[in-house]
Amino acid sequence: MERPLRLIATNPLDRLARTLEALLVVAAQPLPTEELAAAANDDVERVETALGLLGERYREGRSGIVLEHVAGGYAFRAAREAAEACGRLFERPVQRGLSPAALETLAIVAYLGPCTRPAIARIRGVAADSAVAGLLERGLIAEAGREEEPGGAVRYRTTALFERVFGLESLSQLPRVDELGADEDELRERLHAVADKRPA
Amino acid sequence: MVVHELDLDLDAFEGPFDLLLTLVLREELDLADVDVARIVLAFVERLAERRELDLEACGEFLVLTSALLELKARGLFGDEEADLADLEPEEAAEELARRLAEYRRIKEAAAWLSERLDREADRFFRLGASPLAPEPARRLAAQEPETLRRALRRLAVEPPAVSLAHLELRFPPVERFVERFRALLERRDRFVFDTEVAGLTRVEQAVALLALLELRKAGSIALAQAAPFAPIQVARSEEETRTHDERRVSRWNARSA
Repeated sequence: MERPLRLIATNPLDRLARTLEALLVVAAQPLPTEELAAAANDDVERVETALGLLGERYREGRSGIVLEHVAGGYAFRAAREAAEACGRLFERPVQRGLSPAALETLAIVAYLGPCTRPAIARIRGVAADSAVAGLLERGLIAEAGREEEPGGAVRYRTTALFERVFGLESLSQLPRVDELGADEDELRERLHAVADKRPA
Repeated sequence: MVVHELDLDLDAFEGPFDLLLTLVLREELDLADVDVARIVLAFVERLAERRELDLEACGEFLVLTSALLELKARGLFGDEEADLADLEPEEAAEELARRLAEYRRIKEAAAWLSERLDREADRFFRLGASPLAPEPARRLAAQEPETLRRALRRLAVEPPAVSLAHLELRFPPVERFVERFRALLERRDRFVFDTEVAGLTRVEQAVALLALLELRKAGSIALAQAAPFAPIQVARSEEETRTHDERRVSRWNARSA
């Protein structure tokens, strides 16, 4: 007699896992646990347990589909071992050809956002218009209101797509500011030395 | 070699160097968008093509480029230029150190992102448009389709034709009343209008009044009313009385003849 597939077991948690699987395969973007729970009409804790089951089933080396926790939710992606084949079939317009200027702008918006174009220009020392426009077009940043004064400049923030493209669960996974080694003291000393040499 | 004719092909500008300078001085081109290093590169390449060193051209180029760089540096500080100028050298250095450190951190963050992007190069996922499941549908109480059908059926009935009967006013001819009043005055010298028309419809009464006015206009009758809304007294006019008497006399004469 044929043994039933493990997925078609009668265990209610397995049934919930199958529902979540279905939801994730239909979704175009990562789904937060709460949203999954609402759609599956089940409680968040059980959904988390079922996601654990799915994570075990859909992991690198075991399946061509991998369940990942990214951009504040859960989503399926292709296994890394299939990347070459995927690359032959699919283009990745969002990631492709991000210039150093775009990455710097992106870093500013990710760390200091929501922030305005003038603020970005002030830090980078060059006009930020084209970099901002490019990132907007790619969907990596989005408008997030305006500065409060009348006629205030538009502010920008990073999007969920940014977190997904960079494989971040959330912005808190970015390295902490003090881990980014800018030796301010050293810079200061060098500048003081220059200032001292300046004729009064 | 003429520095002014140096051909440039930059992101923000394409054309001869002197045109670039003109545009910058007229503020039609933002220096922030001009990559000065590329200009230097173009010049050096051109210089290398010529075997001999043109010192005059080099000097001119140096002067122009350094002016351009100074303008650009000033432009980048914008309104803060004045603030910086007011600062003591040490404070200015402090401020610059802060800015440089900030920029360095951002540069490192950008490098981290770039590295991350390389590491994630083999992560493929589906990129959809908008969220698939939008707002949850509004929950309505259970509905009975039959009720809806009945309600619609009631609305679908053709409405009764609207009666226009009240719009069709029938006016009796004025002449009828003219004749009637004339006949009345043949027999009597006077009569009370209100008494004569009592019992008629409003429309008939109105037409009767018109007939009365017609007779008055023709000079056949005299009208009198004691007060507004008092009964209207109608009498034969004097002229009419005269002709009436004459008619009566002649009729009498004819009969007796």
